[in-house]
Amino acid sequence: MSSTALYVLVAAGLFGIGVYGLIIASHLLRKLFAINIMGNAIFVLMVAASAPLDGRPDAVPQALVLTGIVIAVSATAFALALMVQLYRVTGQASLEEDPTEDD
Amino acid sequence: MTEALLAALVFLPLLGACLLLLAPSSWRATILLAVTVPLPFCLLPLTLLIADAGLFEMTLAGHPAPLGIRWRLDALSLLILWLNVSLMILVGLAAGARFAPASDVGLRFWPLWLLLAGGIHALLLSADLFNLYVTLELVTLAGIGLIATGGSGAALRAAMRYLLLALMASLLYLLGVGLVYAEAGTLDLYQLGETLEPGLLPATALVLMLAGLLVKSAIFPLHAWLPAAHGNAPGPVSAMLSAIVVKVSLYIIWRLWFWTAGDWQLPAPGLLLGLLGAGAILYGSALALVQKRLKMVVAYSTVAQLGYLMLIFPLSGLLAWQAASYHLIAHGLAKAALFVAAGNILASLGSDRLRRLAGLDQRLPMDVFALALASVSLMGLPPSGGFVGKWLFLRAAYEQNAWGWMALVALGGLLAAAYLFRVLALTCFHPRSHGHSTRLREPPTLASLAGLLLALAAIALGFASAPILALLEAAWPGAMTP
Amino acid sequence: MIAQLMFWLPLAAVLVSAFAGLMIFVAGERRQRLRTWLNIAAALLKLILVGLIGLLVMAGHNPEFRVALLPGLDLVLRADGLSMLFATLSALLWLVTTIYAIAYLEHSPNRARFFGFFSLCVTSTMGIAMAGNLLTFFIFYELLTLTTWPLVVHTGSSAAMASGRTYLRYTLTGSALFLIGLIWLYGLTGSQDFIAGGTIAELGLDNDWALKIIFWLLVIGMGVKAALVPLHRWLPLAMVAPAPVSALLHAVAVVKAGAFGLVRLVEDVFGPNLVADLGLGLPLAVLASITIIYGSVLALYQNDIKKRLAFSTVSQVSYITLGIAIGGPVATIGGLIHLVHQGLMKITLFFCAGIFANLLGVKKIEQLDGIGQRLPWTSACFTVGALGMIGLPPVAGFISKWYLGAGAVAMGQHWVIAVLVASTLLNAAYFLPLLKRIWLHLPPEQWPAEHRVSRLESAAMIGSSIATASFALAVGLLAGLPLSPLSWVTGIVTDYFP
Repeated sequence: MSSTALYVLVAAGLFGIGVYGLIIASHLLRKLFAINIMGNAIFVLMVAASAPLDGRPDAVPQALVLTGIVIAVSATAFALALMVQLYRVTGQASLEEDPTEDD
Repeated sequence: MTEALLAALVFLPLLGACLLLLAPSSWRATILLAVTVPLPFCLLPLTLLIADAGLFEMTLAGHPAPLGIRWRLDALSLLILWLNVSLMILVGLAAGARFAPASDVGLRFWPLWLLLAGGIHALLLSADLFNLYVTLELVTLAGIGLIATGGSGAALRAAMRYLLLALMASLLYLLGVGLVYAEAGTLDLYQLGETLEPGLLPATALVLMLAGLLVKSAIFPLHAWLPAAHGNAPGPVSAMLSAIVVKVSLYIIWRLWFWTAGDWQLPAPGLLLGLLGAGAILYGSALALVQKRLKMVVAYSTVAQLGYLMLIFPLSGLLAWQAASYHLIAHGLAKAALFVAAGNILASLGSDRLRRLAGLDQRLPMDVFALALASVSLMGLPPSGGFVGKWLFLRAAYEQNAWGWMALVALGGLLAAAYLFRVLALTCFHPRSHGHSTRLREPPTLASLAGLLLALAAIALGFASAPILALLEAAWPGAMTP
Repeated sequence: MIAQLMFWLPLAAVLVSAFAGLMIFVAGERRQRLRTWLNIAAALLKLILVGLIGLLVMAGHNPEFRVALLPGLDLVLRADGLSMLFATLSALLWLVTTIYAIAYLEHSPNRARFFGFFSLCVTSTMGIAMAGNLLTFFIFYELLTLTTWPLVVHTGSSAAMASGRTYLRYTLTGSALFLIGLIWLYGLTGSQDFIAGGTIAELGLDNDWALKIIFWLLVIGMGVKAALVPLHRWLPLAMVAPAPVSALLHAVAVVKAGAFGLVRLVEDVFGPNLVADLGLGLPLAVLASITIIYGSVLALYQNDIKKRLAFSTVSQVSYITLGIAIGGPVATIGGLIHLVHQGLMKITLFFCAGIFANLLGVKKIEQLDGIGQRLPWTSACFTVGALGMIGLPPVAGFISKWYLGAGAVAMGQHWVIAVLVASTLLNAAYFLPLLKRIWLHLPPEQWPAEHRVSRLESAAMIGSSIATASFALAVGLLAGLPLSPLSWVTGIVTDYFP
């Protein structure tokens, strides 16, 4: 099995774990983890796609992945902040509706 | 010179956002004005340029692709830029009355506001798939931050749900981008069309990107997050979200569809997308009819109106393209007016429940007037921007003998009339059994005026169509001929 | 200079009341004197402008305002003989109705809103009158729906809200079909101005079935407002509106706009010849006849005065449709002239019904007993209107029926005579008992609900009725004079049937 295929398999596995976690978990922190795992799966895939054919890796996907990681970090930080605020206001760290609230 | 103008459009708001965080509170209003007022003056010469040359391309700081950033301006981008700048100014007036720049809440609100604007401008100029991803992410995060400034539990919960879906959607899009690069070796939106041949991998990539973008544009049946998010955000924020934020991801779909995949013959997927639009129009309108709160009516109306923007896919042709673009602009202005007015009403009454609105025409005449005028455009009644859009859609459908789409557009207008007249009837003509005793806080005149100006702009679009349509005609890629 | 004037005059005539309407909104509820002043000044100014345009038209000019709305599609306001007929009628009746309404609504709430929309409604009517092509007509037609809805639901009672909903359901559905027909027509022919005799025939189109469908789509669009059976149901329900609104809706604005649209459609878009060639005239005439009979029969069963008048409108407005559907110069004259005659007579009847209700609380037919002794002038006006509707000479209604009958015979449509006779008998059957009660029965001890109003107010209301009643008499008596509606209409029709 080529190393590229291995990477693709790993990516698919990670993506599956992420999707599963996103659907199953109710705590927001877990959902956030799941999304990060999905993101990492995509990064792995993109790095694998840039695997060197002639010994010189393509720089573009590397740059894209780096940027992607930066964005993932900031989005995660933002989500954490939002989660903390949500907990402060509603006392919940999940998205289950409060049945008493009416909109 | 032109490069500098484009850069100013993107970097002035971003610079302003940074300065707002650093500067003392008393300077904030000045900074806001200083970065907002020049924007229309940047757009004016660009408009002349585009009317003349049709297209302008540049690479940022001279770094060549693929690692450098390439910008491209055409009539579609330009029109949406105008829409955004007009909204920034007019909705900004309403927001300024609500979130005083010098206050604490102002410090939370205005940097995000400018970040949103800068992000939208960068998105509209970006010419490659990855930069579209970055800027779309910026727009989404800023938008969600703005929803959260509403502060209530419902707003935060809606923001969180929107965030999770949006992050997932971005990942789908990014996955598609990765696949495209692996296949084509380039990410340039406008050159991809030449290298990318129809096939399994490119098709998968396109589907992934479309799926992600459809979630972000809240196209039926992926709209579930929108009503809560738009209905619970502060009025001016809802205005921006409904009027432009959901549209820019749709804008990317248009770019992908008509430029990147412009040569592919895709009648069946196009029909499918059109059917999603039909579902959006019918379902969104039906739900708008049964809402109990004004802002929820308006939010479901957005779900419905976004459906029209999908009709461009099955009808694909110059007329449909003009129709959809015109609808995008007209709906943006009218919907912003509705949300600004609804926000003012909510802030004054402390509630936007429809049955509490009785007799409001006497007490908040300017806001109700804005509501009524914007409704006229949304229903597509003449003379208004909405009517021009509807007329062009009908013409486009007629030219292709697409009677079904014609009936849909006509029916959509009737449904819009049904839910909007319901609101107007309750607001203006209901006998006042409720609500008269409640104390009313007059909204700031500036906020009411902003709503009215937006509504008037939506009506005025009904008279100014010729130059706009001419611009759009020049920008039509023409690749997809029916 | 003259060219400039010719360009801007039609727009000014349309917009003067829109401007007044907006000013009334801005002035607000409390500034009553300013509002009254604005109302009357705008109505007078409009009458003057329309008169000026009328002079130009008589001198053989056609003032025209044209601006591009969409590429290849113009918004055209153009004054020709037909538009002047309708424009003069509505400008004149607007002035009278404004005076009446100011007095009628003296003490009721939300008057700023009422008069604001009232003015906007007249703007739309004037736009419809002046519309130079079908798109412009459509735009003002929609505007009319929008501006009359607030008048229909003005009182805000649940009955008013319900009838407002029905009104919108009918009119908006109608206009959606109208729009589809319009798009289809433009797809076939491109944008065409209204031209006497129609423009389509010259294009030599050979897809008759498409033209037929378009015709019926447009007829439905107009027919909803013209209350053609079975699209009439909103009209009696809309009677919950205040009396001046009903008067204006029935006499000039909505119903008449629909009928006027049918005239434009038949005479200026398709042209009488094409309508005849396609065999569209006969079905339209049958539809109109059914409406005439049906409306009259239902009017018989109404116990409420305004409802009876409403069904009478359903019936009478279809005379216009009938006239143009029969075709031929004489019947067309009969139809067009009824546009004016029905307006004058019906507005008189509604004014009087409003006075009965406002002063004495009389709303039902059995309450009319002996009202002639109490309100002789009003009752006299009512009588003039009613007799005119029946078609008794010399009141205006007689002339319409005469021309319709003669025209039908000229075209060999003898069955129309039967319709006219039946309708006349029915008219007599539902109006004469009213007149008998008014003049021959004894008044009751006490009127249902007597209101005290100032002398000025009752004078304004009764004066308005007398004015319109005398118009109705005058156009009948003086029909032979050169400037009478009849000679004007004859002039128009000569263009259609050279």
